[in-house]
Amino acid sequence: MSTSAAGVPEQQRAPLLDVRNLIVHHGQLRALSGVSLQVFPGEVYAIIGANGAGKSTLLRTIAGLHYPTEGQILYDGRDVTRVRPDKRATAGMAMVPEGRRLFPSLTLEENLKVGATFARSGPWTFERVYDLFPWMKERRGQKTAQMSGGEQQAVAIGRALVANPRMLLLDELSLGLAPVIVQRIYGMLPEILSSGVTVLLVEQDVSQALRVATHLQCLLEGHSTLEGRPADVTAEQVEAAYFGMGGHHAATAGAAENIAVEGSEA
Amino acid sequence: MSWVNAIIQGILTGGLYALFACGLSLLFGVMRVVNLAHGDLATVAAYVGIGIIAVTHVPFLWSIPIVVAIMAVVGYVLQRSLLQAAITRGELTTLIVTFGLSIVIENGLLQFFTANNRGIGVGSSLISSSFSIGSGLQIAWLDVAIFGLAVVVLLGLQYFLSASKYGRLIRAVADDREAAQLSGANYQHVFGICAALAFATVALAGIAYGMTTVVSPTTGTDTILLFAFAAVVIGGLGSLWGTLVGGIVLGVSQQIGAQINISYELLAGYIVFLVVLVIRPQGLTARRSQT
Repeated sequence: MSTSAAGVPEQQRAPLLDVRNLIVHHGQLRALSGVSLQVFPGEVYAIIGANGAGKSTLLRTIAGLHYPTEGQILYDGRDVTRVRPDKRATAGMAMVPEGRRLFPSLTLEENLKVGATFARSGPWTFERVYDLFPWMKERRGQKTAQMSGGEQQAVAIGRALVANPRMLLLDELSLGLAPVIVQRIYGMLPEILSSGVTVLLVEQDVSQALRVATHLQCLLEGHSTLEGRPADVTAEQVEAAYFGMGGHHAATAGAAENIAVEGSEA
Repeated sequence: MSWVNAIIQGILTGGLYALFACGLSLLFGVMRVVNLAHGDLATVAAYVGIGIIAVTHVPFLWSIPIVVAIMAVVGYVLQRSLLQAAITRGELTTLIVTFGLSIVIENGLLQFFTANNRGIGVGSSLISSSFSIGSGLQIAWLDVAIFGLAVVVLLGLQYFLSASKYGRLIRAVADDREAAQLSGANYQHVFGICAALAFATVALAGIAYGMTTVVSPTTGTDTILLFAFAAVVIGGLGSLWGTLVGGIVLGVSQQIGAQINISYELLAGYIVFLVVLVIRPQGLTARRSQT
Protein backbone atom coordinates (compact mmCIF):
# COMPACT_ATOMS: atom_id res chain seq x y z
CA MET A 1 0.00 0.00 0.00
CA SER A 2 2.75 2.37 0.93
CA THR A 3 4.64 1.83 -2.30
CA SER A 4 3.00 1.83 -5.67
CA ALA A 5 6.38 2.40 -7.25
CA ALA A 6 5.36 2.36 -10.88
CA GLY A 7 2.18 4.22 -10.12
CA VAL A 8 0.16 1.74 -12.11
CA PRO A 9 -3.52 1.97 -11.19
CA GLU A 10 -4.14 -1.77 -11.45
CA GLN A 11 -1.29 -2.40 -8.99
CA GLN A 12 -3.83 -3.73 -6.50
CA ARG A 13 -4.90 -6.46 -8.87
CA ALA A 14 -1.44 -7.55 -9.95
CA PRO A 15 0.16 -10.25 -7.81
CA LEU A 16 3.17 -9.17 -5.76
CA LEU A 17 4.59 -12.64 -6.12
CA ASP A 18 3.85 -14.92 -9.04
CA VAL A 19 5.42 -18.36 -8.95
CA ARG A 20 4.94 -20.39 -12.10
CA ASN A 21 5.35 -24.12 -12.37
CA LEU A 22 8.38 -24.41 -10.11
CA ILE A 23 10.47 -27.57 -10.31
CA VAL A 24 13.32 -27.84 -7.79
CA HIS A 25 15.80 -30.64 -7.29
CA HIS A 26 18.05 -31.45 -4.36
CA GLY A 27 20.70 -33.34 -6.24
CA GLN A 28 18.89 -36.28 -7.82
CA LEU A 29 15.85 -35.85 -5.69
CA ARG A 30 12.92 -33.85 -6.97
CA ALA A 31 11.65 -31.76 -4.07
CA LEU A 32 9.07 -29.71 -5.97
CA SER A 33 7.25 -30.84 -9.08
CA GLY A 34 5.56 -27.93 -10.71
CA VAL A 35 4.17 -25.72 -7.95
CA SER A 36 2.49 -22.44 -8.83
CA LEU A 37 1.11 -19.71 -6.62
CA GLN A 38 0.08 -16.08 -6.75
CA VAL A 39 0.26 -13.81 -3.72
CA PHE A 40 -1.59 -10.51 -3.92
CA PRO A 41 -0.70 -7.43 -1.86
CA GLY A 42 -2.09 -7.53 1.65
CA GLU A 43 -2.68 -11.26 1.66
CA VAL A 44 -1.56 -13.87 4.17
CA TYR A 45 -0.79 -16.85 2.00
CA ALA A 46 -0.16 -20.07 3.88
CA ILE A 47 1.61 -23.13 2.53
CA ILE A 48 0.75 -26.19 4.59
CA GLY A 49 1.87 -29.77 4.30
CA ALA A 50 3.48 -32.61 6.17
CA ASN A 51 7.16 -32.86 6.99
CA GLY A 52 9.13 -33.12 3.75
CA ALA A 53 6.31 -31.98 1.48
CA GLY A 54 8.59 -29.37 -0.02
CA LYS A 55 7.26 -26.32 1.82
CA SER A 56 10.58 -25.03 3.04
CA THR A 57 12.20 -25.76 -0.31
CA LEU A 58 9.50 -23.65 -1.96
CA LEU A 59 10.09 -20.74 0.40
CA ARG A 60 13.88 -21.00 0.12
CA THR A 61 13.61 -21.03 -3.67
CA ILE A 62 11.42 -17.94 -3.59
CA ALA A 63 14.02 -16.24 -1.35
CA GLY A 64 16.79 -17.28 -3.77
CA LEU A 65 18.66 -19.77 -1.60
CA HIS A 66 17.93 -22.51 -4.15
CA TYR A 67 17.65 -22.09 -7.87
CA PRO A 68 14.88 -24.01 -9.61
CA THR A 69 15.49 -26.50 -12.40
CA GLU A 70 12.45 -25.16 -14.21
CA GLY A 71 9.79 -22.56 -13.71
CA GLN A 72 9.66 -18.84 -13.05
CA ILE A 73 9.46 -16.52 -10.08
CA LEU A 74 8.09 -13.06 -10.71
CA TYR A 75 8.30 -10.50 -7.93
CA ASP A 76 6.46 -7.25 -8.43
CA GLY A 77 6.19 -8.12 -12.13
CA ARG A 78 9.93 -8.66 -12.51
CA ASP A 79 11.49 -12.03 -13.26
CA VAL A 80 13.79 -12.81 -10.31
CA THR A 81 14.24 -16.54 -10.99
CA ARG A 82 18.03 -16.20 -11.31
CA VAL A 83 18.53 -13.19 -9.06
CA ARG A 84 20.83 -13.53 -6.02
CA PRO A 85 19.12 -13.76 -2.62
CA ASP A 86 20.66 -10.52 -1.33
CA LYS A 87 19.30 -8.62 -4.36
CA ARG A 88 15.84 -10.04 -3.68
CA ALA A 89 16.18 -8.94 -0.06
CA THR A 90 17.05 -5.37 -1.00
CA ALA A 91 14.11 -5.39 -3.41
CA GLY A 92 11.84 -5.90 -0.41
CA MET A 93 11.66 -9.63 0.21
CA ALA A 94 12.56 -10.53 3.78
CA MET A 95 12.63 -14.04 5.12
CA VAL A 96 12.49 -15.41 8.64
CA PRO A 97 14.28 -18.68 7.99
CA GLU A 98 13.50 -22.02 9.56
CA GLY A 99 15.35 -22.43 12.84
CA ARG A 100 15.64 -18.62 13.29
CA ARG A 101 19.21 -18.49 12.03
CA LEU A 102 20.25 -15.51 14.14
CA PHE A 103 23.87 -14.40 14.30
CA PRO A 104 24.91 -16.02 17.60
CA SER A 105 28.05 -13.97 18.22
CA LEU A 106 26.15 -10.72 17.73
CA THR A 107 23.95 -9.00 20.29
CA LEU A 108 20.22 -8.61 19.82
CA GLU A 109 20.62 -5.03 18.69
CA GLU A 110 23.44 -5.95 16.33
CA ASN A 111 21.22 -8.62 14.79
CA LEU A 112 18.63 -5.94 14.13
CA LYS A 113 21.30 -3.60 12.80
CA VAL A 114 22.40 -6.21 10.26
CA GLY A 115 18.77 -6.54 9.21
CA ALA A 116 18.53 -2.77 8.81
CA THR A 117 21.82 -2.32 6.94
CA PHE A 118 20.25 -2.59 3.50
CA ALA A 119 16.76 -1.57 4.57
CA ARG A 120 14.28 0.18 2.36
CA SER A 121 12.60 3.21 3.83
CA GLY A 122 9.36 2.44 5.59
CA PRO A 123 7.46 2.35 8.84
CA TRP A 124 9.58 -0.21 10.69
CA THR A 125 12.14 1.33 12.99
CA PHE A 126 13.96 -0.21 15.93
CA GLU A 127 11.56 1.68 18.20
CA ARG A 128 8.56 0.12 16.53
CA VAL A 129 10.05 -3.35 16.84
CA TYR A 130 10.75 -2.64 20.53
CA ASP A 131 7.11 -1.53 20.88
CA LEU A 132 6.01 -4.82 19.33
CA PHE A 133 8.28 -6.83 21.64
CA PRO A 134 8.75 -4.66 24.72
CA TRP A 135 11.17 -7.05 26.47
CA MET A 136 13.74 -6.48 23.72
CA LYS A 137 14.65 -2.94 24.68
CA GLU A 138 16.22 -3.92 27.99
CA ARG A 139 17.99 -6.95 26.59
CA ARG A 140 19.23 -5.48 23.34
CA GLY A 141 22.87 -5.77 24.49
CA GLN A 142 22.61 -9.52 25.09
CA LYS A 143 23.91 -12.21 22.79
CA THR A 144 20.97 -14.01 21.20
CA ALA A 145 22.48 -17.44 21.81
CA GLN A 146 21.40 -17.24 25.47
CA MET A 147 17.77 -16.48 24.65
CA SER A 148 14.82 -18.85 24.60
CA GLY A 149 13.41 -20.22 21.35
CA GLY A 150 10.46 -17.88 21.40
CA GLU A 151 12.64 -14.86 22.08
CA GLN A 152 14.98 -15.85 19.27
CA GLN A 153 12.01 -16.20 16.94
CA ALA A 154 10.91 -12.70 17.90
CA VAL A 155 14.39 -11.35 17.16
CA ALA A 156 14.37 -13.11 13.80
CA ILE A 157 11.03 -11.48 12.99
CA GLY A 158 12.36 -8.12 14.16
CA ARG A 159 15.46 -8.53 12.01
CA ALA A 160 13.25 -9.13 8.97
CA LEU A 161 10.89 -6.26 9.79
CA VAL A 162 13.53 -3.55 10.17
CA ALA A 163 14.43 -4.17 6.52
CA ASN A 164 10.96 -2.77 5.78
CA PRO A 165 9.95 -5.57 3.46
CA ARG A 166 7.01 -5.53 1.10
CA MET A 167 6.86 -9.28 1.29
CA LEU A 168 7.61 -11.26 4.43
CA LEU A 169 8.44 -14.96 4.09
CA LEU A 170 7.92 -16.87 7.34
CA ASP A 171 9.30 -20.38 7.49
CA GLU A 172 7.85 -22.63 10.21
CA LEU A 173 7.44 -20.03 12.93
CA SER A 174 5.95 -22.62 15.28
CA LEU A 175 8.80 -25.12 14.99
CA GLY A 176 10.13 -26.15 18.39
CA LEU A 177 8.07 -23.58 20.29
CA ALA A 178 5.49 -24.10 23.02
CA PRO A 179 1.88 -23.54 21.86
CA VAL A 180 1.52 -20.48 24.10
CA ILE A 181 4.55 -18.88 22.51
CA VAL A 182 3.30 -19.76 19.03
CA GLN A 183 -0.01 -18.04 19.83
CA ARG A 184 1.82 -14.98 21.06
CA ILE A 185 4.03 -14.79 17.97
CA TYR A 186 1.11 -15.17 15.59
CA GLY A 187 -0.70 -12.56 17.65
CA MET A 188 1.74 -10.02 16.21
CA LEU A 189 0.61 -10.74 12.67
CA PRO A 190 -2.26 -8.17 12.49
CA GLU A 191 0.12 -5.39 13.53
CA ILE A 192 2.63 -6.50 10.90
CA LEU A 193 -0.09 -6.68 8.22
CA SER A 194 -1.45 -3.27 9.12
CA SER A 195 1.92 -1.78 8.16
CA GLY A 196 1.29 -2.92 4.60
CA VAL A 197 3.39 -6.06 4.53
CA THR A 198 2.28 -9.06 2.49
CA VAL A 199 2.94 -12.40 4.13
CA LEU A 200 3.75 -15.80 2.67
CA LEU A 201 4.15 -18.38 5.37
CA VAL A 202 4.95 -22.04 5.63
CA GLU A 203 3.40 -23.88 8.53
CA GLN A 204 3.21 -27.46 9.65
CA ASP A 205 0.59 -26.56 12.25
CA VAL A 206 -2.52 -26.60 10.03
CA SER A 207 -4.98 -25.15 12.53
CA GLN A 208 -2.64 -22.23 13.18
CA ALA A 209 -2.26 -21.63 9.45
CA LEU A 210 -6.03 -21.80 8.84
CA ARG A 211 -6.59 -19.27 11.60
CA VAL A 212 -4.43 -16.55 10.04
CA ALA A 213 -4.46 -17.25 6.30
CA THR A 214 -6.50 -15.50 3.65
CA HIS A 215 -5.39 -18.06 1.09
CA LEU A 216 -3.82 -21.48 1.43
CA GLN A 217 -2.14 -24.16 -0.57
CA CYS A 218 -1.35 -27.68 0.56
CA LEU A 219 1.71 -29.53 -0.66
CA LEU A 220 2.27 -33.27 -0.66
CA GLU A 221 5.53 -34.75 -1.89
CA GLY A 222 6.29 -31.71 -3.97
CA HIS A 223 2.85 -31.50 -5.60
CA SER A 224 0.05 -29.10 -4.89
CA THR A 225 -2.93 -31.03 -3.54
CA LEU A 226 -5.26 -28.25 -2.49
CA GLU A 227 -5.60 -24.54 -3.06
CA GLY A 228 -8.18 -22.04 -2.00
CA ARG A 229 -9.47 -19.69 0.67
CA PRO A 230 -9.83 -21.22 4.14
CA ALA A 231 -13.55 -20.47 4.10
CA ASP A 232 -14.02 -22.45 0.90
CA VAL A 233 -12.33 -25.67 1.94
CA THR A 234 -13.63 -28.30 4.34
CA ALA A 235 -11.66 -29.99 7.09
CA GLU A 236 -12.00 -33.28 5.18
CA GLN A 237 -10.50 -31.76 2.07
CA VAL A 238 -7.57 -30.38 4.05
CA GLU A 239 -7.01 -33.71 5.73
CA ALA A 240 -7.10 -35.58 2.44
CA ALA A 241 -4.73 -33.08 0.83
CA TYR A 242 -2.39 -33.12 3.81
CA PHE A 243 -2.02 -36.89 4.13
CA GLY A 244 -2.77 -37.93 0.55
CA MET A 245 -5.76 -39.93 -0.60
CA GLY A 246 -6.27 -43.65 -0.08
CA GLY A 247 -4.07 -46.06 1.80
CA HIS A 248 -0.60 -44.93 0.75
CA HIS A 249 0.23 -43.63 4.20
CA ALA A 250 3.16 -45.91 4.86
CA ALA A 251 4.76 -45.30 1.47
CA THR A 252 4.10 -41.58 1.73
CA ALA A 253 5.70 -41.32 5.14
CA GLY A 254 8.78 -43.12 3.86
CA ALA A 255 9.18 -40.86 0.86
CA ALA A 256 8.55 -37.79 2.94
CA GLU A 257 11.30 -38.77 5.32
CA ASN A 258 13.69 -39.14 2.43
CA ILE A 259 12.92 -35.69 1.19
CA ALA A 260 13.26 -34.29 4.67
CA VAL A 261 16.75 -35.75 5.06
CA GLU A 262 17.84 -34.47 1.67
CA GLY A 263 16.31 -31.10 2.38
CA SER A 264 18.00 -30.60 5.69
CA GLU A 265 21.36 -31.35 4.12
CA ALA A 266 21.03 -28.80 1.40
CA MET B 1 70.16 -10.19 33.32
CA SER B 2 70.46 -12.09 30.07
CA TRP B 3 67.26 -14.00 30.94
CA VAL B 4 65.36 -10.77 31.45
CA ASN B 5 66.76 -9.63 28.16
CA ALA B 6 65.57 -12.81 26.49
CA ILE B 7 62.06 -12.35 27.82
CA ILE B 8 61.85 -8.69 26.81
CA GLN B 9 63.19 -9.43 23.33
CA GLY B 10 60.76 -12.33 23.09
CA ILE B 11 57.79 -10.14 24.00
CA LEU B 12 58.79 -7.52 21.44
CA THR B 13 59.24 -10.19 18.75
CA GLY B 14 55.80 -11.42 19.71
CA GLY B 15 54.38 -8.19 18.31
CA LEU B 16 55.87 -9.00 14.92
CA TYR B 17 54.47 -12.53 15.11
CA ALA B 18 51.05 -11.14 15.97
CA LEU B 19 51.26 -9.05 12.81
CA PHE B 20 52.09 -12.22 10.89
CA ALA B 21 49.21 -14.07 12.48
CA CYS B 22 46.22 -11.71 12.58
CA GLY B 23 45.59 -11.80 8.82
CA LEU B 24 45.73 -15.58 8.81
CA SER B 25 43.36 -15.69 11.75
CA LEU B 26 40.94 -13.26 10.12
CA LEU B 27 40.74 -15.19 6.85
CA PHE B 28 40.21 -18.44 8.70
CA GLY B 29 37.74 -17.02 11.20
CA VAL B 30 35.49 -15.43 8.60
CA MET B 31 35.88 -17.47 5.41
CA ARG B 32 37.29 -20.76 6.71
CA VAL B 33 40.18 -20.27 4.32
CA VAL B 34 43.55 -21.57 5.50
CA ASN B 35 45.71 -19.33 3.39
CA LEU B 36 48.92 -21.24 2.71
CA ALA B 37 50.15 -18.32 0.59
CA HIS B 38 49.91 -16.01 3.61
CA GLY B 39 53.65 -15.86 4.22
CA ASP B 40 54.48 -15.42 0.56
CA LEU B 41 52.07 -12.52 0.30
CA ALA B 42 53.90 -10.87 3.19
CA THR B 43 57.15 -11.41 1.31
CA VAL B 44 55.60 -9.88 -1.79
CA ALA B 45 54.64 -6.85 0.30
CA ALA B 46 58.24 -6.54 1.51
CA TYR B 47 59.54 -6.71 -2.06
CA VAL B 48 56.97 -4.19 -3.25
CA GLY B 49 58.19 -1.90 -0.48
CA ILE B 50 61.81 -2.44 -1.48
CA GLY B 51 60.87 -1.78 -5.11
CA ILE B 52 58.97 1.41 -4.34
CA ILE B 53 61.85 2.79 -2.27
CA ALA B 54 64.40 1.84 -4.94
CA VAL B 55 62.44 3.36 -7.83
CA THR B 56 60.87 6.47 -6.30
CA HIS B 57 63.41 7.15 -3.52
CA VAL B 58 60.62 8.00 -1.10
CA PRO B 59 61.52 7.70 2.57
CA PHE B 60 60.76 4.21 3.84
CA LEU B 61 57.94 5.44 6.07
CA TRP B 62 56.10 6.78 3.03
CA SER B 63 56.30 3.43 1.33
CA ILE B 64 54.25 1.80 4.11
CA PRO B 65 50.82 3.29 3.31
CA ILE B 66 51.42 2.76 -0.41
CA VAL B 67 52.22 -0.94 0.06
CA VAL B 68 49.31 -1.38 2.46
CA ALA B 69 46.91 0.17 -0.05
CA ILE B 70 48.25 -1.95 -2.91
CA MET B 71 47.99 -5.16 -0.90
CA ALA B 72 44.47 -4.32 0.26
CA VAL B 73 43.37 -3.95 -3.37
CA VAL B 74 45.20 -7.18 -4.27
CA GLY B 75 43.39 -8.87 -1.39
CA TYR B 76 39.97 -7.73 -2.54
CA VAL B 77 40.59 -8.75 -6.15
CA LEU B 78 42.14 -12.10 -5.23
CA GLN B 79 39.22 -12.86 -2.93
CA ARG B 80 36.55 -12.00 -5.47
CA SER B 81 38.26 -14.06 -8.17
CA LEU B 82 40.53 -16.96 -7.25
CA LEU B 83 39.70 -17.50 -3.58
CA GLN B 84 35.94 -17.14 -4.06
CA ALA B 85 36.06 -19.70 -6.86
CA ALA B 86 37.93 -22.03 -4.52
CA ILE B 87 35.52 -21.44 -1.61
CA THR B 88 32.56 -22.29 -3.84
CA ARG B 89 34.20 -25.63 -4.59
CA GLY B 90 34.87 -26.59 -0.98
CA GLU B 91 37.32 -26.13 1.87
CA LEU B 92 39.88 -28.59 0.53
CA THR B 93 40.03 -26.69 -2.72
CA THR B 94 41.02 -23.51 -0.87
CA LEU B 95 43.99 -25.40 0.60
CA ILE B 96 45.12 -26.61 -2.82
CA VAL B 97 44.58 -23.24 -4.47
CA THR B 98 46.48 -21.27 -1.82
CA PHE B 99 49.24 -23.88 -1.85
CA GLY B 100 49.50 -23.44 -5.61
CA LEU B 101 49.45 -19.67 -5.20
CA SER B 102 52.30 -19.97 -2.71
CA ILE B 103 54.43 -21.91 -5.22
CA VAL B 104 53.65 -19.47 -8.02
CA ILE B 105 54.58 -16.47 -5.86
CA GLU B 106 57.84 -18.01 -4.62
CA ASN B 107 59.00 -18.89 -8.09
CA GLY B 108 57.88 -15.56 -9.46
CA LEU B 109 59.93 -13.78 -6.80
CA LEU B 110 62.93 -16.00 -7.58
CA GLN B 111 62.60 -15.09 -11.24
CA PHE B 112 62.38 -11.35 -10.70
CA PHE B 113 64.45 -10.74 -7.59
CA THR B 114 66.89 -13.72 -7.60
CA ALA B 115 67.54 -15.74 -4.47
CA ASN B 116 69.56 -12.96 -2.82
CA ASN B 117 68.52 -11.62 0.56
CA ARG B 118 67.23 -8.09 0.66
CA GLY B 119 66.19 -5.81 3.46
CA ILE B 120 64.29 -2.56 3.75
CA GLY B 121 66.83 0.08 4.75
CA VAL B 122 65.45 2.15 7.57
CA GLY B 123 68.31 4.62 7.28
CA SER B 124 69.95 6.19 10.27
CA SER B 125 67.09 7.68 12.17
CA LEU B 126 65.86 7.34 15.71
CA ILE B 127 64.16 4.12 14.74
CA SER B 128 67.42 2.42 13.74
CA SER B 129 69.02 3.16 17.10
CA SER B 130 68.53 1.47 20.39
CA PHE B 131 68.43 2.35 24.05
CA SER B 132 69.72 0.51 27.04
CA ILE B 133 68.25 -0.17 30.43
CA GLY B 134 70.79 -0.98 33.11
CA SER B 135 73.88 -2.76 31.94
CA GLY B 136 73.02 -5.75 29.76
CA LEU B 137 69.72 -4.64 28.24
CA GLN B 138 69.79 -3.30 24.71
CA ILE B 139 66.42 -2.61 23.17
CA ALA B 140 66.02 -1.51 19.56
CA TRP B 141 63.53 1.26 18.93
CA LEU B 142 62.49 -0.56 15.79
CA ASP B 143 61.33 -3.58 17.79
CA VAL B 144 59.39 -1.32 20.15
CA ALA B 145 57.84 0.46 17.17
CA ILE B 146 56.77 -2.83 15.57
CA PHE B 147 55.27 -4.06 18.83
CA GLY B 148 53.39 -0.79 19.13
CA LEU B 149 52.23 -1.13 15.53
CA ALA B 150 50.92 -4.63 16.23
CA VAL B 151 48.92 -3.40 19.22
CA VAL B 152 47.53 -0.49 17.20
CA VAL B 153 46.60 -2.84 14.33
CA LEU B 154 44.80 -5.23 16.68
CA LEU B 155 42.98 -2.37 18.40
CA GLY B 156 42.01 -0.97 15.03
CA LEU B 157 40.77 -4.33 13.78
CA GLN B 158 38.79 -4.89 16.94
CA TYR B 159 37.21 -1.45 16.71
CA PHE B 160 36.39 -1.96 13.04
CA LEU B 161 34.84 -5.37 13.64
CA SER B 162 32.79 -4.34 16.65
CA ALA B 163 31.69 -0.83 15.76
CA SER B 164 31.56 -0.34 12.00
CA LYS B 165 28.85 -1.36 9.59
CA TYR B 166 31.09 -3.61 7.54
CA GLY B 167 32.73 -5.04 10.64
CA ARG B 168 29.31 -6.10 11.85
CA LEU B 169 28.54 -7.60 8.45
CA ILE B 170 31.84 -9.49 8.50
CA ARG B 171 30.89 -11.04 11.84
CA ALA B 172 27.37 -11.77 10.61
CA VAL B 173 28.64 -13.47 7.47
CA ALA B 174 31.12 -15.47 9.55
CA ASP B 175 28.23 -16.62 11.77
CA ASP B 176 25.71 -17.48 9.07
CA ARG B 177 26.32 -16.69 5.44
CA GLU B 178 22.80 -17.54 4.28
CA ALA B 179 21.08 -15.50 6.96
CA ALA B 180 23.29 -12.54 6.06
CA GLN B 181 22.24 -12.89 2.43
CA LEU B 182 18.61 -12.87 3.49
CA SER B 183 19.33 -9.53 5.17
CA GLY B 184 20.54 -8.16 1.85
CA ALA B 185 24.28 -8.57 2.31
CA ASN B 186 26.31 -9.62 -0.72
CA TYR B 187 28.53 -12.02 1.16
CA GLN B 188 31.14 -12.14 -1.58
CA HIS B 189 31.66 -8.40 -1.28
CA VAL B 190 31.87 -8.74 2.51
CA PHE B 191 34.46 -11.49 2.06
CA GLY B 192 36.35 -9.18 -0.28
CA ILE B 193 36.45 -6.42 2.32
CA CYS B 194 37.60 -8.88 4.95
CA ALA B 195 40.37 -10.10 2.63
CA ALA B 196 41.41 -6.51 1.92
CA LEU B 197 41.70 -5.97 5.65
CA ALA B 198 43.68 -9.18 6.15
CA PHE B 199 46.02 -8.35 3.27
CA ALA B 200 46.61 -4.88 4.68
CA THR B 201 47.88 -6.49 7.88
CA VAL B 202 49.91 -8.92 5.77
CA ALA B 203 51.54 -5.93 4.09
CA LEU B 204 52.49 -4.45 7.45
CA ALA B 205 53.84 -7.82 8.55
CA GLY B 206 55.99 -8.13 5.44
CA ILE B 207 57.38 -4.62 5.70
CA ALA B 208 58.06 -4.98 9.41
CA TYR B 209 59.88 -8.23 8.76
CA GLY B 210 61.86 -6.65 5.91
CA MET B 211 62.94 -3.86 8.25
CA THR B 212 64.03 -6.04 11.16
CA THR B 213 65.92 -8.53 9.03
CA VAL B 214 66.14 -9.57 5.39
CA VAL B 215 63.73 -11.35 3.08
CA SER B 216 64.36 -13.85 0.33
CA PRO B 217 61.79 -15.46 -1.97
CA THR B 218 61.40 -18.45 0.35
CA THR B 219 61.06 -16.46 3.59
CA GLY B 220 57.28 -16.58 3.27
CA THR B 221 56.85 -20.30 3.80
CA ASP B 222 60.10 -20.91 5.71
CA THR B 223 59.47 -18.38 8.40
CA ILE B 224 56.43 -16.14 8.23
CA LEU B 225 53.76 -18.76 7.50
CA LEU B 226 55.09 -21.20 10.10
CA PHE B 227 55.39 -18.56 12.82
CA ALA B 228 51.95 -17.24 11.93
CA PHE B 229 50.46 -20.71 12.24
CA ALA B 230 52.22 -21.34 15.53
CA ALA B 231 51.06 -18.00 16.96
CA VAL B 232 47.46 -18.57 15.82
CA VAL B 233 47.32 -22.08 17.26
CA ILE B 234 48.97 -21.13 20.56
CA GLY B 235 46.73 -18.10 20.98
CA GLY B 236 43.52 -19.74 19.84
CA LEU B 237 41.96 -19.97 16.39
CA GLY B 238 39.85 -17.05 15.34
CA SER B 239 40.70 -14.85 18.30
CA LEU B 240 42.34 -11.52 17.47
CA TRP B 241 44.02 -10.84 20.79
CA GLY B 242 44.92 -14.50 20.90
CA THR B 243 47.33 -13.84 18.05
CA LEU B 244 49.21 -11.36 20.25
CA VAL B 245 49.25 -13.77 23.19
CA GLY B 246 50.35 -16.57 20.86
CA GLY B 247 52.97 -14.37 19.24
CA ILE B 248 54.40 -13.35 22.61
CA VAL B 249 54.47 -16.94 23.91
CA LEU B 250 56.19 -18.05 20.72
CA GLY B 251 58.67 -15.16 20.81
CA VAL B 252 59.56 -15.66 24.46
CA SER B 253 59.96 -19.44 24.00
CA GLN B 254 62.28 -18.88 21.08
CA GLN B 255 64.40 -16.37 22.96
CA ILE B 256 64.63 -18.59 26.03
CA GLY B 257 65.57 -21.52 23.81
CA ALA B 258 68.24 -19.42 22.17
CA GLN B 259 69.50 -18.40 25.60
CA ILE B 260 70.04 -22.04 26.50
CA ASN B 261 71.69 -22.85 23.21
CA ILE B 262 71.55 -20.68 20.12
CA SER B 263 70.57 -23.68 17.98
CA TYR B 264 67.48 -24.30 20.13
CA GLU B 265 65.77 -21.08 19.12
CA LEU B 266 63.32 -22.55 16.59
CA LEU B 267 63.08 -25.88 18.35
CA ALA B 268 61.91 -24.29 21.60
CA GLY B 269 59.18 -22.38 19.77
CA TYR B 270 57.82 -25.49 18.11
CA ILE B 271 58.00 -27.54 21.31
CA VAL B 272 55.80 -24.99 23.05
CA PHE B 273 53.52 -25.02 20.00
CA LEU B 274 53.17 -28.81 20.22
CA VAL B 275 52.69 -28.76 23.98
CA VAL B 276 49.86 -26.25 23.61
CA LEU B 277 48.30 -28.40 20.89
CA VAL B 278 48.34 -31.41 23.19
CA ILE B 279 47.31 -29.76 26.45
CA ARG B 280 45.07 -26.93 25.24
CA PRO B 281 44.16 -27.55 21.61
CA GLN B 282 41.66 -24.69 21.63
CA GLY B 283 44.50 -22.25 22.36
CA LEU B 284 45.41 -20.17 25.39
CA THR B 285 42.73 -17.50 24.96
CA ALA B 286 40.01 -20.05 24.47
CA ARG B 287 36.83 -18.22 23.71
CA ARG B 288 34.67 -20.20 21.39
CA SER B 289 33.18 -18.76 18.20
CA GLN B 290 34.95 -15.44 18.53
CA THR B 291 36.30 -13.72 15.47
